[in-house]
Amino acid sequence: MEKVVYFDNAATTKVLKPALDAMLPFFNDRYGNPSSVYSVGRDAKKAIENARAIVAGAIGALTEEIFFTGSGTEANNWALKSAAELRQNKGKHIITSAIEHPAVHNTLKYLESKGFEITCLGVDKNGQISTDELKKAIRNDTILISVMTANNEIGTILPMAEIGKIASEKGVLLHTDAVQAAGSVPIDVAAMRVDMLTISGHKLGAAKGSGVLYIKKGLKLPPLIHGGGQENGERSGTEDVAGIAGLAAALEYRVSRLPLDSVAQKRDRLITELLKIPRSALTGDPINRLPGIASFVFEAIEGESMLLMLDHFGICASSGSACSSGSLDPSHVLLAIGLPHEMAHGSLRLSLCEDNTDEEVDYVIEKLTEVVAKLRKMSPVWNED
Amino acid sequence: MYSEKVMEHFANPRNVGELPGANAVGEVGNAKCGDIMKIYMKIEDDVIKDVSFKTFGCGAAVATSSMATELVKGKTIKEVLNITNKAVAEALDGLPSEKLHCSVLAEQAIKAAITDYYKQKAIDPLPIVGCDLECEDCAGH
Repeated sequence: MEKVVYFDNAATTKVLKPALDAMLPFFNDRYGNPSSVYSVGRDAKKAIENARAIVAGAIGALTEEIFFTGSGTEANNWALKSAAELRQNKGKHIITSAIEHPAVHNTLKYLESKGFEITCLGVDKNGQISTDELKKAIRNDTILISVMTANNEIGTILPMAEIGKIASEKGVLLHTDAVQAAGSVPIDVAAMRVDMLTISGHKLGAAKGSGVLYIKKGLKLPPLIHGGGQENGERSGTEDVAGIAGLAAALEYRVSRLPLDSVAQKRDRLITELLKIPRSALTGDPINRLPGIASFVFEAIEGESMLLMLDHFGICASSGSACSSGSLDPSHVLLAIGLPHEMAHGSLRLSLCEDNTDEEVDYVIEKLTEVVAKLRKMSPVWNED
Repeated sequence: MYSEKVMEHFANPRNVGELPGANAVGEVGNAKCGDIMKIYMKIEDDVIKDVSFKTFGCGAAVATSSMATELVKGKTIKEVLNITNKAVAEALDGLPSEKLHCSVLAEQAIKAAITDYYKQKAIDPLPIVGCDLECEDCAGH
């Protein structure tokens, strides 16, 4: 394919130049084991500690509060399973939202099978939880709250500072999955009052296989992965030095670019123009929204068909339809915001980064409008009126 | 992933749209599950003279509909009733396992159209079609 128009940056991102430059020396030049005493090993160790300081600075944390993991999913697993283990003598009740990523949702389902009780807070049509409902859901035996900072499918940004205030007043641990938010909007762990926060490298311009768990100082979270005692005994396994250096460089670069006003302008143009398509709707919060996510539903057509036709034009996008997820049900997020199944099947997410140009936005608007019309023409449930 | 033949039929579906003068129309599936197939036929002297389709669904749903119309065109009712979902899938060089229900849907859509044809003529379709489209195979697609 000669032309690739990449509007799927919420799925993964290209490795940024600063990240790649930061990574390369650690493959075949400074390749030492960070635990070794000689200079190539010490070099690698220094690189990790430098990266830790950068990540801490980017989210308002202390260096000793940053732990590198092998992915966002690992960080979420660690936070939830270990917090549950740590506090199980106090209670077994955990609160979450209905729109969490599977890395949180399915980890909590696992904990449920192990005897924990999960309360899943519903969301309104914009994907927002009610903080009043959250307050009411907290019980004496509530040990943990996990609510995402921003949603990956519909772009809704949740009021973490408010949620953090409630959790800290009630003395309940708070975890947030900030995988989609980090690098797109400012993250300040102090303002959010979170105890644990997850970041993934490949969503913000670093390599796949890199992640971070922020753990607030004083919280003695048991390790998920045992072994040689790396990461201060908290996360064993020889460190992925290149991945860690790349993650820090990417996060530092992305934070220096905030706020992403030019990305948000392109997002808004996509929204304005694509909502001119009859019987289309925006999904997610129209105001409290990630700058890079434009998400829609189009009546009477199916998401996977849209993706295949867009691919024909070199356009990469995503859908929460059943057929693109490999299950019979459309995305739980789209159902949670109250969309009927038949609408949720027609979902499409376009996710932008700073690389996307105005010309690409024009091209996507033109081609997507064509694709929707073409699919509706062959749809037995579409009536022109 | 999809075979080249599935992609080719999806990109260039045959016989799309409503069919003027159709005397047999079958619709199966539902929007909740994410796929609906509607097949239109013009039947003369027990032969499918012309056929077309409209489909709401994924790439495999569109491709199986397209292939189904190719397979039935010019055939007799008897021949058409012998077309299995397997034959539709094989004609497309196979389907991913999670998409096999699309070929089941195509077989059902053909049978639903023939059923409609006999119902319009006030002939009981059940002994001929051999399926009332309400058994578990259909409902569980």
